[in-house]
Amino acid sequence: MTTSKSNADLLPTATEPRPTVYEECRRKGVSRRKFIQFCAMMAAAMGLEDVAVPKIVKALETKPRLPIIWLHLQECTCCSESFIRADHPVVASLLFDHISLDYTETLMAPSGHQAEQSMEDTMSKYAGQYLLMVEGSVPTKDDAYCCIGGKSARQILTDAAKGAKAVIAWGNCATAGCVQAANPNPTGAVGIARFIGDKPLIHVQGCPPIADVMAGVIVHLLTFNSLPILDDLGRPKAFYSRRVHDTCYRRANFDAGLFAESFDDENARRGYCLYKLGCKGPTTYNACGIIKWNGGVSYPIQSGHPCLGCSEAGFWDQGSFYKRDTVVEGFGIEETADKIGLALGAVTVAGIAAHAIGTNIRKRREINEVE
Amino acid sequence: MKSRKRELREVYVWELPVRFFHWVNALCICVLCVTGFIIANPPTLMSQVEASFSYWFGIVRFIHFATAFVFMFNFIFRIYWAFVGNRYATWDNYIPLRARQWRNVWHVLMTDVLMIRNEEERSIGHNTVATLSYLVLLLAAVLQCITGFALYAQTSTLPLFQWATWITPLLGDEMNVRIVHHLLTWFFILFTVIHVYIVFYHDYIARHGLISSMIGGWKNIPEDVAEEEEKLEQKERRRSRRAGHAV
Repeated sequence: MTTSKSNADLLPTATEPRPTVYEECRRKGVSRRKFIQFCAMMAAAMGLEDVAVPKIVKALETKPRLPIIWLHLQECTCCSESFIRADHPVVASLLFDHISLDYTETLMAPSGHQAEQSMEDTMSKYAGQYLLMVEGSVPTKDDAYCCIGGKSARQILTDAAKGAKAVIAWGNCATAGCVQAANPNPTGAVGIARFIGDKPLIHVQGCPPIADVMAGVIVHLLTFNSLPILDDLGRPKAFYSRRVHDTCYRRANFDAGLFAESFDDENARRGYCLYKLGCKGPTTYNACGIIKWNGGVSYPIQSGHPCLGCSEAGFWDQGSFYKRDTVVEGFGIEETADKIGLALGAVTVAGIAAHAIGTNIRKRREINEVE
Repeated sequence: MKSRKRELREVYVWELPVRFFHWVNALCICVLCVTGFIIANPPTLMSQVEASFSYWFGIVRFIHFATAFVFMFNFIFRIYWAFVGNRYATWDNYIPLRARQWRNVWHVLMTDVLMIRNEEERSIGHNTVATLSYLVLLLAAVLQCITGFALYAQTSTLPLFQWATWITPLLGDEMNVRIVHHLLTWFFILFTVIHVYIVFYHDYIARHGLISSMIGGWKNIPEDVAEEEEKLEQKERRRSRRAGHAV
């Protein structure tokens, strides 16, 4: 086929050195100042010391860009959308061949058979070297729910994972299924962890993850050539070890018991704590309060909206986003813990009342027996 | 005048450490439930003060956490006492392995719960249904401590509190840990309601002075019940001595 042949010509061969990030930056017209700024910001975001900045600079100057395959399974592409809005989007997008010939459905140049071909080429040419990045969940009820190029999501993922150096699960979909896995989960959507074998896996949680967090994870891989330290749920600790609650600038209001009770009350206007409006900050691990969004402009709580807890598994199924009542599933109906408790309490009191009547009849009989 | 003569004997049932445990535990459960519900849904008490001048919600949370430690170590102490305490406090009351204990379950069901029969109360310490309910209470307390400290561990860097964090990945995320913690609170409330009612019931019907025994430790036991217990105790002692010789 002529198309695939010409496509193959464009691909760098495995022996041909790939350009470094810095070379690519210069070629795209990014000044050295901007490049250094990016490196410094990444070090800060990762919580590294000053001495790490030269290391990052050196890594990006000398190491070739990472060959990557970026899969889009059951998702909404918000992770990609987030990523291209990174603080230094040009540099960030140059961390890997984002818009070149490797495989990413949204942003790559080829389409159709050419696209499939370019994925296969990357898989064979850079076997054992490429990073597999996955957006989206995998359906388990029926493979037909998600097929690309005639192959099921499960198949694509399993094949691509075989030759990968490491796997990054972008966002809540690839980690925990996100909205597709929300009750009743019609497609049986699950995260990718069970399909990638024993490959090293990083969960970059969030719906979507913060762009600078995504860039930070890649910079870490490039600079240190090792996985970042992960928490119990496989998330990089540099970004997911602190609760949104503990890094919240409204925390003082929480400790002082100053709460907004509705979105338009006086307390909301004063910027009080959004805990009673269902804020999930106390159970959510993310860097929103520190790195913030859109180049550090703001984040949901700063904009007056409670945290939805989007970097936690199953956040769609925890009842209303705007209430702290937690929903308990079971018996075919959903109830809050307090309703269940009160219902059981009523049953208990009724039982006690009935028992007390019986006891008094017994006692009366015993008293009457005494002469 | 309605009266009758009853031969009674005073029996020292609840030792001081057992009574101490009981009342500390009762106090802890009350404090933890009240502060727990405040934390789950805090009332908006003030709205006109500066955050820097007020800390009441922080104090409520502090009381909850501090009481949780008392609650846990109190239980650990009671488990210790289950190995060194008297015959009414030992662990084998709470894990019924003897046929006699299961016959007692049947007696309690027929006489006290369903009131089909009217047999005399012959337990001096806890009956077996009661001890089983305390076993369930212990399990609930363990689970409550694990879920509570898993939530607490995130604000503490001391490794002492990190022992419980394994529950979080198991339940998915911290919101689920919170749900379990909240539901178990209701278990403690329902337990308390039933427990207090049954205490009243026993004093009402069996008249062994159960309520005062929770303060003083002594119960008024009918002579024949006390004698039966004494014989049983001697028999058990003989048996254990014989087992000792065999070894």
